Amino acid sequence: MLREISAQRITETVKHLCIEANCFLPQDMKDRIQESFEAEPWPQAREILERIIENYQIADETARPICQDTGMACVFVTVGQEVHIDGDLTEAIHEGVRQGYTEGFLRKSVVRDPLDRVNTGDNTPAMIYYDIVPGDKVEITVAPKGFGSENMSQVKMLKPSDGLQGVKDFILKVVEDAGPNPCPPIVVGVGVGGTFDKAAFMAKKALMRSSDARHPEPFWAQLEAEMLEKINQLGIGPQGFGGKTTALCVNIEKCPTHIAGLPIAVNINCHVTRHKTEVL
Amino acid sequence: MPISIKTPLTRDAARKLKSGDSCLISGVIYTARDAAHKRLCELVEQGKELPLDVKDSVIYFVGPTPARPGEAIGSAGPTTSYRMDAYSPTMIAQGQTGMIGKGKRNDEVIAAMKEHGAVYFGAIGGCGALLSKCIKKAEVIAYDDLGAEAIRRLEVEDFPVVVIIDSEGNNLYETGRKAYLERG
Repeated sequence: MLREISAQRITETVKHLCIEANCFLPQDMKDRIQESFEAEPWPQAREILERIIENYQIADETARPICQDTGMACVFVTVGQEVHIDGDLTEAIHEGVRQGYTEGFLRKSVVRDPLDRVNTGDNTPAMIYYDIVPGDKVEITVAPKGFGSENMSQVKMLKPSDGLQGVKDFILKVVEDAGPNPCPPIVVGVGVGGTFDKAAFMAKKALMRSSDARHPEPFWAQLEAEMLEKINQLGIGPQGFGGKTTALCVNIEKCPTHIAGLPIAVNINCHVTRHKTEVL
Repeated sequence: MPISIKTPLTRDAARKLKSGDSCLISGVIYTARDAAHKRLCELVEQGKELPLDVKDSVIYFVGPTPARPGEAIGSAGPTTSYRMDAYSPTMIAQGQTGMIGKGKRNDEVIAAMKEHGAVYFGAIGGCGALLSKCIKKAEVIAYDDLGAEAIRRLEVEDFPVVVIIDSEGNNLYETGRKAYLERG
């Protein structure tokens, strides 16, 4: 027996996820910012972190967007094989984004064509990624992605001989190149392996992982910790005005790759790393 | 103590501001980002009149979220400034004296700032909810079709900024980081 879920329910869910993700910063990010504030030795940097804390508190209290760049709506959907959607799933998701961004007073930041640049007026289309899994549930994550940080992201096809050192050097290079532009303190999502596109996708997925969780394999968990420490020795600091707190967390995802390749992608996110999930 | 600035910002006043100064801006400022800057610079090229008074103006690189009923504006923090690098030298030559944004600027912008007397202020990126409290009034004055990217006339009170690059080219992104790394 297939479990029925209506397209209407999908739309309602996406709509409120868009609004909530944009107004309420996840608790793990608040914890990282608070810890960084406590550990920050540089007075000017502490002042900025204090303002950042004040900002998300105002957003919490008044249910207004944390940041004016309410992003492109990236929607990750895991669909159980035993689920039947009554209606057009993809259109239901776009409709949820349309309603969420309009009714939630969120900014419409999407243009219909990368060169003619006419705003679509309702923040659609969403960037939708599907995954089909066993079971009868549908899991939806909405992750609004701001472009100040997205623009600072990079992909590189390293050589196998570049190895671990090449991976470390590239991560640091991307953070250094970005400097003050992506609103540090940042969250760094890294994808290693796969193909050109898969590395970029893993880097984006890495930004969805809670900053409370390290990679399940000790080698990669250790690399995440090491890279966070190295990034926080660069001195870029909050807003790029100098200080310890350049990054709040480094999340790395990896997967098998080709004998000839070592793809790597680094997706930068700002201190407003937003995502909200619901399981139907 | 932060320096209080009242707009319009004259070139003489702009030249007195130094990199690292904390300032509170009050008065009228204008919003413009990528699409609006492109149109403004096309008008300059055609020798046509601009829809705002550029002389001694401060332009805030921002695209706010829509205002909810009863509010002046939605969240309104700075966008990354380097995307305006292609346009800012033209605007500064037209008389603009202040830019509010975040992130690096290129050599052409800094050269124009030195030549004409202009400053680049930074507001805290990602703090749109906080900064919007300093914006008392907002009115679209041009390019309504651009939505969030329309040009708005804002009335601000004690809007908090830091001088990142001053009219002599001193740059807080370089000096602040250096000072932190060389701390005792």
